[in-house]
Amino acid sequence: MGHIKLTNVAKSFGSVDVIHDISLEIADGEFVVFVGPSGCGKSTLLRMIAGLDRPSRGELTIDGKVVNNIPAADRGLAMVFQSYALYPHMSVRQNLAFGLENTKMAKTEIAERIAEAARMLEIEPYLERRPGQLSGGQRQRVAIGRAIVRRPVAFLLDEPLSNLDAELRGSTRAELAALHARLSATMIYVTHDQVEAMTLADRIVVLRAGRIEQVGTPLELYNSPANRFVAGFIGSPHMNFLEGTIESSGSDKAVVTLAGGHRVEVPIEGNGTAKGARVTLGVRPQHISIGDTKGIPAQIKLVEALGSETVLHADVSGQKVLLVAPGQHDLMVGEGIHLSLSAAPVHLFNENGLRLGHMV
Amino acid sequence: MTTDPREQSGFSFGEAIAKPVRFVMDLIDPPLRFLQRTTGIGGMATFFLLPNMLIFGIFVLLPFFINFAYSMTGGTALFLPDRTFVGTDQYARLFDCSNYLDANSCAEDTFWTAVGNTAWFVLLQVTLMIVVSLVTALILNRDLRARSFWRAVFFFPVLLSPVVVGLIWKWILQRQGLLNFGLYSLGFEPHVWLNDRSWSFAAAVGVSIWAHMGFYTLILLAGLQAIPRDLYEAAEMDGTKPTRVFLRITLPLLAPNLLVVIVLVLIRAVQIFDEVYVLTGGGPGTSTLFLTQYIYETGFAAQLRNPGLAAAASILMGAVLVVLTLLQLSLSRSGEKKGGRK
Amino acid sequence: MSRVAQFLFRRKGGKGWHWTDIVTWIWLIGGLFIMFGPAIWLVGSSFKTPAALAEFPPTILPYVTQKVTVEGIDKPLDLYEVTLEGGKTVRLAELRRIGVVSQMIDPSNPGEIIKVNIAQRKPVREMTFASENYAEPFTHFDFVRYLWNSVFVTVVATLITLIVNSMAAFALSKYEFRGRTVAMLLILATLMVPLSVIMVPLYSIVSALGLFNSLWGVILPTVATPTGVFILRQYMLTIPDELIDAARMDKASEWQIYWRIILPLTAPALAVLAIFSVVWRWNDFLWPLIVLSRKELYTLQVGLSIYSGELNVQWHFILAMTVVTMIPVVLVFIFLQRFITTGIAGTGLK
Repeated sequence: MGHIKLTNVAKSFGSVDVIHDISLEIADGEFVVFVGPSGCGKSTLLRMIAGLDRPSRGELTIDGKVVNNIPAADRGLAMVFQSYALYPHMSVRQNLAFGLENTKMAKTEIAERIAEAARMLEIEPYLERRPGQLSGGQRQRVAIGRAIVRRPVAFLLDEPLSNLDAELRGSTRAELAALHARLSATMIYVTHDQVEAMTLADRIVVLRAGRIEQVGTPLELYNSPANRFVAGFIGSPHMNFLEGTIESSGSDKAVVTLAGGHRVEVPIEGNGTAKGARVTLGVRPQHISIGDTKGIPAQIKLVEALGSETVLHADVSGQKVLLVAPGQHDLMVGEGIHLSLSAAPVHLFNENGLRLGHMV
Repeated sequence: MTTDPREQSGFSFGEAIAKPVRFVMDLIDPPLRFLQRTTGIGGMATFFLLPNMLIFGIFVLLPFFINFAYSMTGGTALFLPDRTFVGTDQYARLFDCSNYLDANSCAEDTFWTAVGNTAWFVLLQVTLMIVVSLVTALILNRDLRARSFWRAVFFFPVLLSPVVVGLIWKWILQRQGLLNFGLYSLGFEPHVWLNDRSWSFAAAVGVSIWAHMGFYTLILLAGLQAIPRDLYEAAEMDGTKPTRVFLRITLPLLAPNLLVVIVLVLIRAVQIFDEVYVLTGGGPGTSTLFLTQYIYETGFAAQLRNPGLAAAASILMGAVLVVLTLLQLSLSRSGEKKGGRK
Repeated sequence: MSRVAQFLFRRKGGKGWHWTDIVTWIWLIGGLFIMFGPAIWLVGSSFKTPAALAEFPPTILPYVTQKVTVEGIDKPLDLYEVTLEGGKTVRLAELRRIGVVSQMIDPSNPGEIIKVNIAQRKPVREMTFASENYAEPFTHFDFVRYLWNSVFVTVVATLITLIVNSMAAFALSKYEFRGRTVAMLLILATLMVPLSVIMVPLYSIVSALGLFNSLWGVILPTVATPTGVFILRQYMLTIPDELIDAARMDKASEWQIYWRIILPLTAPALAVLAIFSVVWRWNDFLWPLIVLSRKELYTLQVGLSIYSGELNVQWHFILAMTVVTMIPVVLVFIFLQRFITTGIAGTGLK
């Protein structure tokens, strides 16, 4: 059981509001990722769910019970911290046992749970060592193990991979996904890394400045970002944004004039875009291709040949555009090319950053 | 592998005395859990702070405030309610002088003698102390073999109790003491040092420097060692003269430490008592009578003790110390900001 | 000036002996004698008999004139080496001395008195350690009481200091609460009120609490030391808050967090404070002198100073008791000196 519900939860430190009226429902067994740039309030939100911080307003329920005034210890949750927060003066075994001893659990039961978690996480050889004698990856496992032995209704993970090197992060990510599948417990995971969010989440909650920007499955966010911020945040490399004005708009498409004077036809749904309105056109680097002279004229500024693909940095009338072209290309810096958006999903954002209609 | 001392430190606690301590602590835990449940985490903060604040309030804060009341009362009674209010009479008595430069012209001549002695003592002792510990620190900062041994040599007397320090030197300076023996073997006349007014004052200064210089040397040495070596190497590359290196690199970078040390020495010198009291008892006559001894004797030891007068004198001394301490705090804070002190 | 500077600030030694090296070594060796010499002299003297102590010029080692008991004479006599007129040397015991003439007898032939000019005799010396200087205070004086009082004060005060200060430091470093800044400032302000400033009112408070002439009256006013709170708090600030969060998630109570997480992790700082506290309390003088007026309550420091201030100072006992008083501090010095010096260099406290 791990059904968590937030209703109009807000948090302010003094006169500074860090979380504005957030409402969110997390189903039992769901893997939810809070993602956003640093300072967006994602960690505060997690700490409020944990009980380490108290919400200033709003209501927090776990399995239907209001927990606003229940201390962290009694909420039945477990947390994995960014720094792992392993007790440096205790052995790995004692670290795992500490939380269980505090519940006055029988010694045999404690030993069983530790053995099970150690087997699952392959940390059996290190049980008698101190955290200081372990590598980063091993400490990370112990931190997860400490949460597992508690058999919590939900796991809270605060940037658990950010202290690992890139390679280890990749493999641990996969293990975390497997672990979730195996335990089928609710997991709330905080990260600033959208790749982690995309690969792990059942649902992603994108936060900015204490507000939810969008909630959805990874592909929903990727394919239909609600606004310019989500569009720019999800996906790597970041989406390209080009400024332009609406030339004309029909029932299924709009024509946009870019800053350089080039016109682009964008399929949209619904109406409501006035002629002459300033818009931003968003297109992912992977969706731009090098086309014939009918395309948008651009000049190459930098070529990054990665072998399997080529990343091109181009200049379109003073605006930077990035494109990822599959394969290898024999292009020179300074060379003029034409960019084609014909087959690409293109998004239009109005002046407030909201996305207009749906693409294709 | 990390070398953080904390990784190993739990050891002594965890293993050695674990069981009985753990038993006691676990016994205390349930009532405290109950307290935590009723008062919340904030209440526990108060609980942790309370014992200290209580002791601190009763034995430091309270005396500090009623000291003013004492200084406004007269008579020999100990407890405040039994004492008669005399307003500023005690202060007036302390300041009742026809000529402030001559202690004998004052009503409370011993007070002014003590003030004069203390002033001279502070002047001499602080100057010499700074010079001696700075030179020692500079020498210890040279490329020495067994530096920690030499550092320890100068540090040794710091740990000795003032009474022991006083007795050691009393024994050396007495009539048949080591000093006279040394002089005698060199063909000089023995001298009863502590019966001589000037010599016993000099002894008070010297002994207090002997006892405490190691401490200040240590702080100055730490300051010197915090100066990055590459600064000296850069100066050497530039062909800078050693005097200039000292004046332009060492001294400015050591300044925060040096200032803190000067103020610390000052604060201690103003309160000088223990070792001198054992060494000379304030004598001969009143030649080594300092303020703290005056307060002690006026308040407790004299035939006709006068707690009010002692309190008034102690408040005057306290005022000096408050100024010096504020100076020290602001200095060490600005030193921290500059990264001068760890 | 510049050469002096060069001496003082030259950092690398190296090519041969510079005169500055010589000055350095004179300073260091001189320091060695001045710093250790007096204490060693005291220790050496503490083994001398009262007679040897009264000698001038004194000897470095505890030599005494050898004594012999001669048949028919009650007290032992001093033994001398006498050069007789023929140039022969014999060992004779001195019976009495009149002017420059000494009446002596041969211990093996006590019947005959030999008159000798005192210039012709030299005492026979032997090294004796007057262990009774140590043994007697332990058996006949209140010395053992003083020792016990000092140990009691030191141990109890240190334990209370550690507990009370670490609790306060925990509250001040790991909790946000109203009045925290006020509490910090109050403790900071204590630095400005040393004992010498508040001894009169403190004495009245201690008396009002019935702690006059009680070792608790010595202990309690000293245990809430601001320096203690500061070094512990400073150290606790370096313990990550996430550890405490983790412990709270692990269902630990605040008390458990204090003693199972914070205390063990603060062990190095606690050790420094413990050592300092032991030295402070062992060495305390003025306050015990004020609070304790009954002889059987004196601490070592008070007892020593009272004895040494007496009209007829029994130096041989005083010296021995001083040595005993020095022992714990010297042990601390030998074994923990490095620990203390780094502690001071790091925090600037004493």
